[in-house]
Amino acid sequence: MAGDTLRGRVFKYGDSVDTDVIIPARYCTGYHPEELAPHCLEDLDATFAERVHPGDIIVAGNNFGCGSSRENAPIAIKGAGISCVIAKSFARIFFRNSINIGLPILIAPEAVEGIEDGDEIEVDPSRGIISNLSRSGSWRAALLPPEVQEIIEVGGLVEYVRTRLSR
Amino acid sequence: MTLAEKILAGHCGRDNVKAGDMVMAKVDMVLGTDVTVPLSVEVFRNMGAERVFDPEKIALVNDHFVPAKDIKAAALSKIMREFAREQGITNYFEVGRSGICHSILPDNGLVRPGDLVVGADSHTCTYGALGAFSTGIGSTDLACAWAIGELWFRVPETTRVVVTGKFQPLVGAKDLILHIIGELGVDGALYQALEFTGEAFRHISMDGRFTVANMAIEAGAKTGLIPPDDVTREFMAQFPDRKGLYLESDPDAEFSRVLDVSLDRLEPLVAAPYLPSNVSPVTEVRGQKVDQVVIGSCTNGRLDDFRAAAAVMGERPVHPDVRLIMIPTTPKLMRALLEERLIDRFVAAGAIISPPTCGPCIGGHMGVLAAGEVGLYTTNRNFKGRNGHPDCRVFLSGPEVAAATAVTGRITDPRELI
Ligand code: SF4
Repeated sequence: MAGDTLRGRVFKYGDSVDTDVIIPARYCTGYHPEELAPHCLEDLDATFAERVHPGDIIVAGNNFGCGSSRENAPIAIKGAGISCVIAKSFARIFFRNSINIGLPILIAPEAVEGIEDGDEIEVDPSRGIISNLSRSGSWRAALLPPEVQEIIEVGGLVEYVRTRLSR
Repeated sequence: MTLAEKILAGHCGRDNVKAGDMVMAKVDMVLGTDVTVPLSVEVFRNMGAERVFDPEKIALVNDHFVPAKDIKAAALSKIMREFAREQGITNYFEVGRSGICHSILPDNGLVRPGDLVVGADSHTCTYGALGAFSTGIGSTDLACAWAIGELWFRVPETTRVVVTGKFQPLVGAKDLILHIIGELGVDGALYQALEFTGEAFRHISMDGRFTVANMAIEAGAKTGLIPPDDVTREFMAQFPDRKGLYLESDPDAEFSRVLDVSLDRLEPLVAAPYLPSNVSPVTEVRGQKVDQVVIGSCTNGRLDDFRAAAAVMGERPVHPDVRLIMIPTTPKLMRALLEERLIDRFVAAGAIISPPTCGPCIGGHMGVLAAGEVGLYTTNRNFKGRNGHPDCRVFLSGPEVAAATAVTGRITDPRELI
């Protein structure tokens, strides 16, 4: 997650956006980004996949990603070009999966209140800084526990295990 | 320490852990299914792993899209089958000997009280019914657990639910857990362990306990633990070599919240679309017409559930406008139902018996809903689009309400029929 500042247009949704709307099971016979991305969020926002541009950002309420353990959900979001998800809170399996596949996620309830659908925002995920370019406002996201940061810093869980196995 | 803390401490070689600690812990059983395993196999190879940490501590279960619903689903099972062969995985469950994972594992004695179990399925929390710390993970975590037999965990806070009293007739474990989710909300126990305890559990069977623990995730919880007791011992007696640890929270353990629930006044409940926390007494939604009733799933597809449904249906046929789909979770259960002649009764009444599969629970196959259709299911989630077309609607209930609804064609309070 370390590195560049992200800049994108916001797609804003409410509470408890669940994994069944993020990527319905009917598409989960596939698990690669290119198979999933065209159907991302289709039951919640039918035109999302057409409107999304690389770098855009999802901003949502509480409990984002609740439901299934399907990793297909963060893969679909990342595959659609979304650079980062900001929410008031995340469901825990989605949270884990996002960290493991390297989709930046930020917990920032105040920022969610201060950002509207369609706003242009800038995010520095490693420092947790969020600024609204369309209207004034800048916020700091909750920092992730150090152990989680460590997994992110080594490049995700896959790298972590690879390093351990090669020892 | 709490029960959750004790189990995690025991698996990371520490005397003590507390909520908020991050630990690398050794796992006792690692579950994967036909939907989640293929991606894990790819990640496992990318990690540079060659052999799994222990081929006896891995379970691979065909359940979500089996018998293969289409060519892509067939390919998913094929990847899992070939991986099982390559790695010599003993607990690979092939169609015909397989069933819904969260019933298959306990049916085969693969989970012991005190175990740490992870599974690439969100309802892995079901084994909390046996007093195991069990939790859902994704496919990358699954590959990691296969490779090194360990995973990172944040030690959760515990919300304790203390249950007293006794179920009224035609009220059961599903009503209890729906009530709890209604109280807590879908994120009321986010990142936490739920601990279900209290004298009422002396009278709640193992089947009922699985129903309760299964839906802990529906309140956002990481796991849902029921401290193991004599009911657990009796269940585990089927597997004499599988001993297990019978632990409980210390008297001075700290809980983030305590919720008291009395069964004495609990009524049959229903969760309306599109959230499992959208709970109200069945009397408030009675009369709603339904097209399809499903009795099955890892929540309510066990022997107690089919007995309860049979008792409510009596000799009544399924309503002409309703499709009643019944899905026993395992082959073992299928045989028990044959022996009790319940299958015969259900088929005579006009129900269809599905092979053990997740099927309609995730809108996969075996009973997907069309636009505008209404279902009443004994499953655990009714999110928009989960069970078929995004414009279908599903109500959730226990088997008693489901059976009553199947024979009348409208959501019905089972107490009106008996
Ligand atoms: S029955 Fe439903 S909830 Fe249970 S494992 Fe299958 S899909 Fe998941």
